[in-house]
Amino acid sequence: MLRYLLRKLLIYSLTFVVAVTIDWSIPHLMPGNPVLALMSRIQIQNPQVAQHVYASYMRSFNLDLPLWKQYYYFWVSLVHGDLGTSIMQFPTPVSSIILHAIPYTLGLLIPATLLSWYVGNKLGALAARRKVLDNTLLPFGYILTATPYMWIAILMSFLFAVTWQVLPVGYAYDPTAGRGWSLTFGYDLFRHWLLPFLSLFLVACGGWAIGMRNLIIYELEADYAHYLESLGAPRKLVRKYAFRNALLPQITGLALALGAVIAGALVTEIVFSYPGLGYQIYRAITNEDYFVIQGIFLFIIVGVLIANFVVDIVYMIVDPRTRIGMQEGGQA
Amino acid sequence: MSAPGNVSTVTTRDELPAGTAGSPRDEEAKPVSGLRETLYFAVRNKKLVFGLTVTLSMLALAILGPLIARHPPLEYGGHLSLAPTTQDGYWLGTTLLGQDVFSQFVTGLRMAFIVGALGGGIAAIVGMVVGFTAGYRGGIVDELLNMVTNVVLVIPTFALLLVIAAYLQVRGIMTEAIFIGLTSWPWAARAVRAQTFSLTSRDFVSLARLSGSNSRQIIFKEIAPNMSSYLFMMFILLFGGAILIAATLDFIGLGPSNTISLGMMMQLSVQNAALQLHLWWWFLPPGLAIMAIVGSLYVMNVGLDEVFNPRLRSM
Repeated sequence: MLRYLLRKLLIYSLTFVVAVTIDWSIPHLMPGNPVLALMSRIQIQNPQVAQHVYASYMRSFNLDLPLWKQYYYFWVSLVHGDLGTSIMQFPTPVSSIILHAIPYTLGLLIPATLLSWYVGNKLGALAARRKVLDNTLLPFGYILTATPYMWIAILMSFLFAVTWQVLPVGYAYDPTAGRGWSLTFGYDLFRHWLLPFLSLFLVACGGWAIGMRNLIIYELEADYAHYLESLGAPRKLVRKYAFRNALLPQITGLALALGAVIAGALVTEIVFSYPGLGYQIYRAITNEDYFVIQGIFLFIIVGVLIANFVVDIVYMIVDPRTRIGMQEGGQA
Repeated sequence: MSAPGNVSTVTTRDELPAGTAGSPRDEEAKPVSGLRETLYFAVRNKKLVFGLTVTLSMLALAILGPLIARHPPLEYGGHLSLAPTTQDGYWLGTTLLGQDVFSQFVTGLRMAFIVGALGGGIAAIVGMVVGFTAGYRGGIVDELLNMVTNVVLVIPTFALLLVIAAYLQVRGIMTEAIFIGLTSWPWAARAVRAQTFSLTSRDFVSLARLSGSNSRQIIFKEIAPNMSSYLFMMFILLFGGAILIAATLDFIGLGPSNTISLGMMMQLSVQNAALQLHLWWWFLPPGLAIMAIVGSLYVMNVGLDEVFNPRLRSM
């Protein structure tokens, strides 16, 4: 059990080091002097700001030092939580931009991921080996899982916000109304949250339903299922066992699908101008604000690694085989 | 894997249970006229026929469309925000800036197929090389490759692509496809490894080894042909995944610099308030096309699974 967790931790630490190294090396791989190249691209009018940006770039790249020292200092500032300064929103540090955006992104991601996983699995289990449901639910599942996240967001926004005007769109709350912890503000937050949440939820749900449906069909063909049937066990019981066994790969799948859902959340936020990480990264890309892009990248990596570790622990609790070390590492 | 579209959930399992397409048991059980039997079931499988029809018609549109379009995709014409009409060949109307939506749409389709084929192809090749080597060699090679695979698997590749693309000054459709291919192989590698692992212990592989075949011959002549249907289905999923990743990247503003793609069409329409202006002909077609291509690929895959796997045929 400890071995299982340690092995996982090793892989995650290695992943983190690799990711940070990539993050550091990409600007260094650009031909020429990266600082000058960046300065020529961002074109800052205010000379004072330009000077400061230039200095902060020089400091963060440490170009006068040998390469290994540059790399070392990159880690040092990273450990101190220094991700650089935003150019577009000068002189806000990147870390504070991220911290302000994080609640919105997590508020979308966590409910959408967990709920779609739950509902999708239930629907998929219902559909498996039931011809009528299979033929009605599954096509929907395939359509949804093949839909680009941003397109369903566009569609939702067009239908509910523009055409029927039942829900607001843009930002996380109405900026003209007063903020503060009141019921009306909470309701306003909820109304702004609903559409982006639904678009994420729907697409993810389709994938889970299909996955579960296929897994159950395989499980129902397994020896234990046939054995139970031959013993005269009720169909419901067999399906229950099949469902439980099929849940295991779906739990692993949760960790694997995370990258896709995050990408989905980023573009969904862009469509709805929802002020999370996706919206910030879009602004950063259009304004060539590289520190923000790199900072958000690192932040996403850390988030994904933590989520993976949580999934591993859940898996260990759910599957006794990983606990007693029969099946080492399960899925790793 | 972390490609958009939850492709992974369709094949999250490393070791697909016996009776899955490509497992040796089916191949052995097949009569001599295996190909004819497969064809017999293939043309009668509604899912396969449907998926193939939609995919091929989209492909035809991608090939022929740019030839019949009357205006270059990026040219600014005189008619702004024109609704779909037969006049002047603006069959899908024009954008806010007067560009021909039909022309952009078919060019975007072409780009989608290029990215899918190239990105999916590269991912499939890397996945197969890693998977075959790890599964056949075993031991320390397997451990090492497994470690690499797991690291790439955990990294949210989309975020990685984002940083890479942001730093590229000139972005082309080929570079985009190559980067997508180089980051989306891990789940394929794991699937191939698991299959290879189970095939390596079979008698016919031992026999080939006894008769003096080297590793490469065994992998290409004994192992790969026995899981060809599985590999083909894997490629289809990677193909669809690459299209979705590319569309997402393009939408975020990191598309190819010198052309137009379906993702960029959606980005530009949102940026130019096409939703508020009710220019539905601008933002509906690109998403619909992606949905149709990727969806029909998935459905085709289910159909193929049923064709290759006799146990699923009763469905």
